[in-house]
Amino acid sequence: MSGIGSALLNSLDIGLLLFIIAVGLNIVFGVLNIINFAHGALYMLGAYLAFTLINMVGMPFWAALLLAPIGVAILAVIIDRVLLRFIYSRDVADSLLLTFAILLIINESVRMIWGSGIQVVQPPQLLSGSVQLLGSSVATYSLFVIVIGLILLAGLWYLFNRTRVGRIMRAAALDRDMAEALCINTRMVVTGVFAFGAWLAGVGGVMAAPMRALDPGMGDKIIIESFIVVVIGGLGSFPGALLGAMVLGLIHGFGGRYLPEVNLLLPFVGMALVLLFKPHGIMGKGATT
Amino acid sequence: MSNPILTITNLTKRFGGVSAVSKIDLEVMPKETLAIIGPNGAGKTTFYNMVSGRMQPTEGKIMLDGKDITGLPPHKISRLGVSRSFQLNNIFPEMTVQENVEVVLSAYHGHSRKLFNIASRNTGIQTEAVEYLKRLGIDELKGQRAEVISYGDKRLLEIAMVLAIRPKLVLLDEPTAGMTPDETRRTTRLIKALAESGDYTFLITEHDMDVVFDLADRILVMHRGENLFAGTPEEVKNHPEVRTAYLGEEEDEPVEEANT
Amino acid sequence: MKSKILMAILALVIAGLIAVPWIASYFYVFIFTEILILGLFAASFNLIFGYTGMLSFGHAAFFGVGSYATALVLIHLQWPFLACLLVSMGASALLALVIGFLSVRLNEVYFAMLTLAFGMMVFAIAYQWRSVTNGSDGLAGFSLGSFGLGLDLTLGNPSVYYHVVLGIVAIASIVLYVICRSSFGMILKAIRQNPERVSFAGLNVRTYRLVAFVIAGTFAGLAGGLIAPFLRVASPELLHWSMSAEPVLMAILGGTGYFLGPFVGSAVFVLLETWITSFTESWMLVLGIILALMVIFFRKGLLGTLIDWWMEVKK
Repeated sequence: MSGIGSALLNSLDIGLLLFIIAVGLNIVFGVLNIINFAHGALYMLGAYLAFTLINMVGMPFWAALLLAPIGVAILAVIIDRVLLRFIYSRDVADSLLLTFAILLIINESVRMIWGSGIQVVQPPQLLSGSVQLLGSSVATYSLFVIVIGLILLAGLWYLFNRTRVGRIMRAAALDRDMAEALCINTRMVVTGVFAFGAWLAGVGGVMAAPMRALDPGMGDKIIIESFIVVVIGGLGSFPGALLGAMVLGLIHGFGGRYLPEVNLLLPFVGMALVLLFKPHGIMGKGATT
Repeated sequence: MSNPILTITNLTKRFGGVSAVSKIDLEVMPKETLAIIGPNGAGKTTFYNMVSGRMQPTEGKIMLDGKDITGLPPHKISRLGVSRSFQLNNIFPEMTVQENVEVVLSAYHGHSRKLFNIASRNTGIQTEAVEYLKRLGIDELKGQRAEVISYGDKRLLEIAMVLAIRPKLVLLDEPTAGMTPDETRRTTRLIKALAESGDYTFLITEHDMDVVFDLADRILVMHRGENLFAGTPEEVKNHPEVRTAYLGEEEDEPVEEANT
Repeated sequence: MKSKILMAILALVIAGLIAVPWIASYFYVFIFTEILILGLFAASFNLIFGYTGMLSFGHAAFFGVGSYATALVLIHLQWPFLACLLVSMGASALLALVIGFLSVRLNEVYFAMLTLAFGMMVFAIAYQWRSVTNGSDGLAGFSLGSFGLGLDLTLGNPSVYYHVVLGIVAIASIVLYVICRSSFGMILKAIRQNPERVSFAGLNVRTYRLVAFVIAGTFAGLAGGLIAPFLRVASPELLHWSMSAEPVLMAILGGTGYFLGPFVGSAVFVLLETWITSFTESWMLVLGIILALMVIFFRKGLLGTLIDWWMEVKK
């Protein structure tokens, strides 16, 4: 029983973390119609910035949680203004190629700046212990991730359902023609949305830093996971991103514990199954060739 | 009296709660030319999209030559003999005019499955392609890249491609839209000649009333997705409701200038 | 006239390629072997990207599986090299059929994501299935026996191996070229420019995409089968997505609109890599910057830009 309880909690914290990252990917896709291949690299950058701020500068974790994602968002604005602006009017393939190039550049820059070795960020004192819950001991930090995840989830829900900007973003994600009809593809909105997506990736990176070791391959892992999340849930759908993230969280939470020999493979099997029966994801629609 | 080539019953398409096409019944007889008219948003293109397989109908049935084709994918419907043009030009821009038709012909003849021939030496298909271009009077353009020819010629090229799969039923979506008056006259003459050749059955949507009255054997008037009236051109001209609902509106609209 | 000049240049290049082992040091024999193998890999990728318009970020899956197949057959069965290559092609074709079936159904954004994800799935398998793949170290310690067809070739000799690679790549390229110029190839080009019109001409676009994907995977598998004995190892790196990035970059670098573009791209890529890695570790950084610049400013690639420039001069 206690095994299942902690596997569930583990699934929940992985799932919420993935949701934060995947929803950023979805927002950028929805409004800009591009899949940002560098999204995982931006997440990694969030983690490494937090590492520098905490371990090098000596800032408290909380300050890093606030500042590092902003740093990532500022970089995203620069990427958008310097590079992406050339290709918004072009074929989709070009945006895929360009964000892929950005991914290579960020990955290698991280390797140059922080080295190929593994780096570790300690959770703040307050959250470094563990508590007894459901009959087993759970890392306090894990609970913290769940709480922050739920707060962000609520915030995003409010944004998408209760504010005009959010509703437009959500509608645009599902129907591109309408997005164009509302003339939301103005430069400011495009840059803003791209930066917001990057900010979410950055938040995910900082939150993940004390849970996972930092290495230059961490962005690659997370972008694949995010793809799996949006394919399972449905590209462009926000409830879909949540659902996909939870499914993947459960696969990790339970797969790692009960099927360690094939745990790396399970997410792909899940994705293939969804593709076979629901090619557009569980909550997606449209977008066939 | 022969059997209808196309029988449509209760055809309906709803987007969310809005009906774009609602309960259309229609029979099209072989070799006739039927025009579908109606103001923008009347559901003409949605109607076409369902008949050609681009959209799934919400309700209703489409029978082609006694065969149920409702909801089949476009390539299957095309194989069964329905061919269509689009309101916006739908050609292969980076190929030559002749190659555009060759692609369609090699699809039709099953050459498209050949991996180890050299397409540029397929003289049979090349001769045939030039013949189709001749029929549309654009054979002197055969060596040009399709994206550089004039707007009107692109439309004619698309018609050549539409005809090249030897369709039983041809759907033309506003064939003269955006053409200069000269091009419109030329195109109307061409379609009329094709229709009179007795080889084709045409469904045509069109905004230009002169073209419609010139070509159509029968006219279906659509309004807000519904069948407002169907009859001969004479009947349509004299129908009071049609005059107010559509022909009257037509006069208010500025005559579309050629935009090429 | 124009085609005569082109043929003369091509003949000269081929003569030069044949002569490499006699006029250059082993160092260059190795470099040219790599250029040829990666050129074939990139050309197979360009069949789906440049011709059919599908951007795959997982093409290394087929390359890597091809290399593992040859390595496994050499270790366990010691078959002639030619047979190994056929096994590589078969294994890659099968994998391409499965991945392709799941990926070609959706639009190009999905396609790019799915090919990347499935590519990494194959990477994960190679990494985790230690008993067969030897995990992260990969398969090594195999050696080439006979070539097959009763030919007596010392494949262990780099010059001989280079000539074998040259011959096989030449034959494979001719086959690929014919496919590109065939009626089928014409349909692929038509699909890139306007898939809708193709399906309204009565063809199932999905089927054509899948066939192209399988052909591309098969030839990538052949290239993989050639690379394993050359590197003397089949390792997970050959399956990693950074390996998938290489044909993408080579095709873009040379020019996706030309059959020879990927080969030109491969040559520039390998020479540049050799030169740049001699003074910096950060080859991938340079790669990213080049890719970004090519995409933004020189989308037609080196060949396309050169040809455009030549046309301008002639005017």
